[in-house]
Amino acid sequence: MNQSRQQRHWIALSTLVTREVRRFFRIWPQTLLPPAITMTLYFIIFGNLIGSRIGEMGGFTYMEYIVPGIIMMAVINNAYANVASSFFSAKFQNHVEELIVAPVPNYLILAGYVAGGTARGLCVGIIVTIVSLFFTRLPIEHIFITISMVVLSAVLFAIGGFINAVYARSFDEISIIPTFILTPLTYLGGVFYSISLLPEFWQNVSLLNPILYMVNAFRFGMLGVSDIPVVAAFSIILLFIGGLTAFALYLLHKGTGLRN
Amino acid sequence: MKALSINKLSKTYRNGLQALKAVSLDIEQGDFFALLGPNGAGKTTTIGIITSLVTKTAGSIKVFDTDLDEDPEQAKSYIGLVPQEFNFNGFEQVKHILVTQAGYYGMPASEAEPRADELLKQLGLWEKRHTPSRSLSGGMKRRLMIARALVHNPKLLILDEPTAGVDIELRRSMWTFLRKINAAGTTIILTTHYLEEAESLCRNIAIIDKGEIIENTDMKSLLNRLDKEAFILDLKYPLLNNTLEGLDYERLDDTTIEVEISRGESLNSVFEVLSRHGVEVVSMKNKANRLEELFLNLVETSEQNA
Repeated sequence: MNQSRQQRHWIALSTLVTREVRRFFRIWPQTLLPPAITMTLYFIIFGNLIGSRIGEMGGFTYMEYIVPGIIMMAVINNAYANVASSFFSAKFQNHVEELIVAPVPNYLILAGYVAGGTARGLCVGIIVTIVSLFFTRLPIEHIFITISMVVLSAVLFAIGGFINAVYARSFDEISIIPTFILTPLTYLGGVFYSISLLPEFWQNVSLLNPILYMVNAFRFGMLGVSDIPVVAAFSIILLFIGGLTAFALYLLHKGTGLRN
Repeated sequence: MKALSINKLSKTYRNGLQALKAVSLDIEQGDFFALLGPNGAGKTTTIGIITSLVTKTAGSIKVFDTDLDEDPEQAKSYIGLVPQEFNFNGFEQVKHILVTQAGYYGMPASEAEPRADELLKQLGLWEKRHTPSRSLSGGMKRRLMIARALVHNPKLLILDEPTAGVDIELRRSMWTFLRKINAAGTTIILTTHYLEEAESLCRNIAIIDKGEIIENTDMKSLLNRLDKEAFILDLKYPLLNNTLEGLDYERLDDTTIEVEISRGESLNSVFEVLSRHGVEVVSMKNKANRLEELFLNLVETSEQNA
């Protein structure tokens, strides 16, 4: 092994990412199939059956309006769940020790898991997008905003899943945050409605929900309509990514939940 | 050059347990070193700190002159660890586990694949290379952990009770394998509860008890300290009520006696007495492992002095 340190880092990172991607493809009936089925049901029930009675929203059919939100919801949930379950399993089975004893810097451990979570989020996003094409047309107004917002959102929630897994001591503890925080924030984050439908007070409360910004910025990229300024969405998401990355690295440095 | 240099290493756990009390230890390059001690003595904590699995409270560690705090990446790259408990992903295939571990050490797949194949063949796991690790037997899992620890060609191999729960045949084949890689230049540190294993394999030894090194010397000097040795003799005919005058012995059953002789005393004198009494011996063995006797003496003395 005569590689430079940078080459060794690159090999270690690509090894970790490959392992993570191989993992979620190996268990595709648990990772890739369920979101495809769930989101198809959303399209049928909310988009087709109920949506046809709701009429237009933001100048689009209800089905067209909810597609970006549903894609984003699937991406967020899967990016989070992938890292939370993979890293917690590694702790639970102790094979995280393979990484700790190896000369892999903490930032690469974080980057590897986050890349794996992001990859699953994007894979699911592509699957849901393909499914949505059976129900509606899919315009893309701003390709750069669309892609960068979905990638950044996946990265952010993958980091969130990592922090959850670091603290988790049981499998129950990796489902608490998705169930009690992530799901309510997603449903109240403008996936199925425009916040302009809400009374002013609840509109202001909704602005405290970070997922609202991601859903709307992504919808702006696809449809060209948004309840919030897109610049604010990018600023907030980058701020959260920076803050959570620093916190995750601090936890790894301290060895929280990993080292005795 | 020293393969490992531990200086005043201390560890106090959050619950107040002082697992290590300023432990210092040097291990030379190429050594086969035994780190022994009773359960809870601090062996696994020491290994945990060397391999970054446990955070230390104080002290320093150098691996091949590289300080673990100053350049952890370089120091870690020298070490291969075989932990006490199985710790691989049960769903991953055997070969994937090795190639992945090599990747963490920066070994490209073009080198990792043939290296993994070589180790799988050497350790008798080749037929199982595509099997998920959870389907392996206990002995195979132990061998897989050794293969994983060696896949990046470490200069220092640390084995924390590698033969625990392994049958004698497999244990002997693992000894042969470890002797071979030690002869090829790999420094080995071994903790084990099988003292026969340490006596057979290791050249130098440290005994740790209650977080302190109570003995650190070469195996030969340690064994030379034995002043008495006991043998079990199987007799051809029952002794009945005969008394073997002139012999320090204990009767275990009608055809078995235990004889204790002082260091330096010839075994011939024992057989002379037996011949005089017309007693025929059909087999003879050491009562216990010599190192075991010393180990127990040292630990007992340490407890009395505490």
